[in-house]
Amino acid sequence: MNLRERQVVIGGIFVLITLIFIGRLIQMQLYSSEWKEYAARLTEETEQLEPARGLMLDRNGQILLNNMAGYDIWFTPRKCRTAGGLDTMAFAEILRMTPAELEREFRRAEAYASYRPSIIRKQIPAEHFARIAGELYRFPGAEARRRTIRTNPTGLASHLVGEYREVDQNDMASNSRYRLGDYKGKSGLELQWDQALHGKRGIRHHIVDIRNDYRAPAQEGLLDTLPTPGQDIQLTLDLDLQAYGENIMANKRGAIVAIEPSTGEVLAMVSAPSYATDLLTGRERGSNYDSLLNHPSKPLFNRTLRATYRPGSIFKMIQGLIALDRGVIRPSSRIYCDRNIIGCHGGHTLDNLEEAIVHSCNPYFHEVMKRMIQDGSSGNIFRDAHNNLGAWSESIRAFGMGTNLGGHFPALRSGTVPDTTDYDRMYGRKRWAYSTIYSISIGEGELLTTPIHMANLAAVLANRGHYVTPHVIQHIGDLGKPEEMNQRFDTGIDPIHFETVIRAMAQVVTAEDGTGSRAQVPGFDVCGKTGTVQNSQGNHSVFIAFAPKNNPQIALSVYVENAGSGGDWAAPIASLMIERYLNGTVEQREKEDRILQATYPFPESPL
Amino acid sequence: MRRTAPIIQRIDWLTVAIVVILMAIGLFNVASATAGADAVDWFDWGSKQGKQFMWVALAMILAGLILVIEGEFFIRTAAIYYFVNLLLLVAVLAVGRTIGGAKSWFSFGSIGIQPSEFAKTGTALMLAWLLSRNNERISNRNNLVKAILIVAIPAGLILLQPDAGTVLVFGGMILVFYREGLSGNVLIAVFCALLIAIATILTGASLFEYPAIGSASAVGILWFILAVLGTFIWSMIPQWVLPRKRKRVRRAVVFSFIAGLVMSAALHTGLEEVLKPHQKDRIHVLFGIDVGNPDADYNIRHAKAAVSSGSWTGKGYLQGPMTAYGFVPEQETDFIFCTIGEEWGFVGTVFTLLLYTLLMLRILHLAERQRSDFTRIFAYAAASVLFMHYLINIGMVLGLAPVIGIPLPFISAGGSSMLGFTLLIFILLRLDAERFTVLR
Ligand SMILES: [Zn+2]
Repeated sequence: MNLRERQVVIGGIFVLITLIFIGRLIQMQLYSSEWKEYAARLTEETEQLEPARGLMLDRNGQILLNNMAGYDIWFTPRKCRTAGGLDTMAFAEILRMTPAELEREFRRAEAYASYRPSIIRKQIPAEHFARIAGELYRFPGAEARRRTIRTNPTGLASHLVGEYREVDQNDMASNSRYRLGDYKGKSGLELQWDQALHGKRGIRHHIVDIRNDYRAPAQEGLLDTLPTPGQDIQLTLDLDLQAYGENIMANKRGAIVAIEPSTGEVLAMVSAPSYATDLLTGRERGSNYDSLLNHPSKPLFNRTLRATYRPGSIFKMIQGLIALDRGVIRPSSRIYCDRNIIGCHGGHTLDNLEEAIVHSCNPYFHEVMKRMIQDGSSGNIFRDAHNNLGAWSESIRAFGMGTNLGGHFPALRSGTVPDTTDYDRMYGRKRWAYSTIYSISIGEGELLTTPIHMANLAAVLANRGHYVTPHVIQHIGDLGKPEEMNQRFDTGIDPIHFETVIRAMAQVVTAEDGTGSRAQVPGFDVCGKTGTVQNSQGNHSVFIAFAPKNNPQIALSVYVENAGSGGDWAAPIASLMIERYLNGTVEQREKEDRILQATYPFPESPL
Repeated sequence: MRRTAPIIQRIDWLTVAIVVILMAIGLFNVASATAGADAVDWFDWGSKQGKQFMWVALAMILAGLILVIEGEFFIRTAAIYYFVNLLLLVAVLAVGRTIGGAKSWFSFGSIGIQPSEFAKTGTALMLAWLLSRNNERISNRNNLVKAILIVAIPAGLILLQPDAGTVLVFGGMILVFYREGLSGNVLIAVFCALLIAIATILTGASLFEYPAIGSASAVGILWFILAVLGTFIWSMIPQWVLPRKRKRVRRAVVFSFIAGLVMSAALHTGLEEVLKPHQKDRIHVLFGIDVGNPDADYNIRHAKAAVSSGSWTGKGYLQGPMTAYGFVPEQETDFIFCTIGEEWGFVGTVFTLLLYTLLMLRILHLAERQRSDFTRIFAYAAASVLFMHYLINIGMVLGLAPVIGIPLPFISAGGSSMLGFTLLIFILLRLDAERFTVLR
């Protein structure tokens, strides 16, 4: 080859390299999106603008749930490294962590992304932050970001309001709007009304620098949106009554549910023992949760909605009302107290309905239900029971028993009102007669109800035949009460029949030897009924009541577990609650002291 | 064109135009890379782009001076210039300042001078001088050794700094040797040796599950392939080669494959046994091998992302977030091509590549129109130096070549390379302008 021609080889090498470069540029700049996406990940960051979460207020405008200023400490490992590291001991000290805990957070941050910030210390209250804010500059890679901390300053109604905390993997998998470090309602009202409380998040797109600091708006801010604040929710609760109820139920296990009968508005929902809401929203949640979960009294268990008990003697009032309505008895009908059929107590022998309720006569209601179930219409006791039980169950359900009470409490257990199919399944079709199932006639057997069902029953009695679906929502934002909260349920029983039962309930409280005499409230006519739920660890003390007798303002149920008979503990608690609500103060000091000092069933480690 | 025409009419204005456009591209992009998120302050002489402005002005003055000096002067002083350069390279090893791990700077206050940037011109002059003397052809083994020494001595001194990139640039002089008569086989052999070296490093870093032996370095597969290939070619010689040449070809094949295997084995042993782990990691990072440290190669990942994000027409001048917010390291010097890629897009990058290609081809054209051997050889040396900078710098930014920092001619910020390249190109232009008037 002529040496002169070698210029072609050399020029060819130059051109070949340029062609390779252009090919690579076509791939990188025009064709592939891989590196462009990487560039966007490096330089663009979307900032979520959290709306202020809606507050929760009681019926009088008192604050139940509030938002408090707080700070999270974020940490970017690479920033720290390039600045030459930091003094872990000193950093741990100002953050009030152990060096080992801090090291663990550092490792977590590194594993997440070394050039991105991650949270290493959550929810530092404003007053703590004020003390350390001036020190933070000494720790490269660390920065503080404001966040609101949800707080329940009174610590009341924790079971009802529920938990508001950081989202977990499941939340993030099921809903793309959640990102690591976001918070959401996890139970109770915080969960049920999460969307309304949360409002709508705003988004701001930023261009960030190599240190991940925001430098300029991306896309000229055209895609940015402002947050819409969450709506405040006003509850029907009366915080004063709630506080009083939680106080007198201290050191006891049980529940109180109080309802305004005319509206179905729940005034108080006490599940004892209780706990302060903030124990489970703060940064110590983990250890608090474990100790609450493992406590023998099950403080996390919401007894008002989820504890099911047999209704016992209180159920006899429903039996009487249905029987009157069907005409199988009249108020004056007397039935012999035949203790060979079923046991009884007290000195009575031949009670009418009113007396039978006051004395809680078992044979009376055994006979009353027998007349409804085993009416002889088919000439066969099995067929009678099979034909008639369904209608009877329907009548019981009309009082809310065994139903979801209109469905405004997602956590509510419906309880049990046994039906034909239930017994068919238990004993076989037409293999059972009234004699098989008679224990339900006196509120035992398969019947199960919760404290809110029993409070609702008190409201039905107070209203003489109907109830409004129990609910706790008064207003959502500016919208007022949702229409479905006013839904009315009728028992279909003539109000006239209620007068007999209510006379008996008044008698239970006012008679010198009445089982509910401790439920008296000076100056008011209280109507009530005691109940005692059999339990191997000691019977549960139960009482339902409403007051005043005419124009009732409050209907309630009280449960004290393992405390004995209904008249001894539940009745006086009902009395105090009624007095507190109707008078705004309690003057029955002696009664109050006796309850406050009582500790049932046994002293336990404090919560 | 008349022989007596003034010099101004005889210089190659196309080359001058390309150089000026490259300098302008450099100024604008250095300004963008320097300013970051702030507005460009064109008259802040203390900033990097202010200095660059100054260097460009100095380069213009230098170019003017060169153009008025007789070409004969450069030929006569070639040896002096070369030896002064060698002295400076020795001196910088003694009293130089270390920046970025290499002791390659004389520092005068805020200004640093890198003698290696001028040594390229010195070497080109010296090589041209040697090879253009009567009968001093490169095919003469004696002369080949002299020529190699002329290149190897400054390269060796620069390797001591150490500045691997500039050493590679000196390696590019092989193109000059080739043009002057070195066998094409040498070019092919060097290319094959590079290929085997890269394959050794890449396979040496990964494991392979061998039957019967178990897990071991995958470099064994490379050796196996080389051995099989060598045997195959050796066995095919009777079919492919005329009988009278067979003996020579056989010897050549056996020699090349054994040399290849020995080189590969030596390199692999050196990497595994001699180097310390952190040194080995550095070499692995150069070749894009994952060393389990996310920070190790983030420079090059960011560089690729910046170029890629420019798409067709770029984000617009001063609008590139990766340039503005410090994502690309050394972005006004070795990584300046990222700024071009991000802010000017494919249009800008291809325009720049075409300018360089045009410049290099133009220099080849100038070289071949000379009657003077000196000018031709010098021109080839200049083209080779430009080409190596082009190849290594842009190859690195595009992730095709190892991360070796050398400047992009006329565009990267920095006075030494600006003046060094000006010297190289304008001496050539002066010599070219005299091609009709002077006979050498
Ligand atoms: Zn009786």
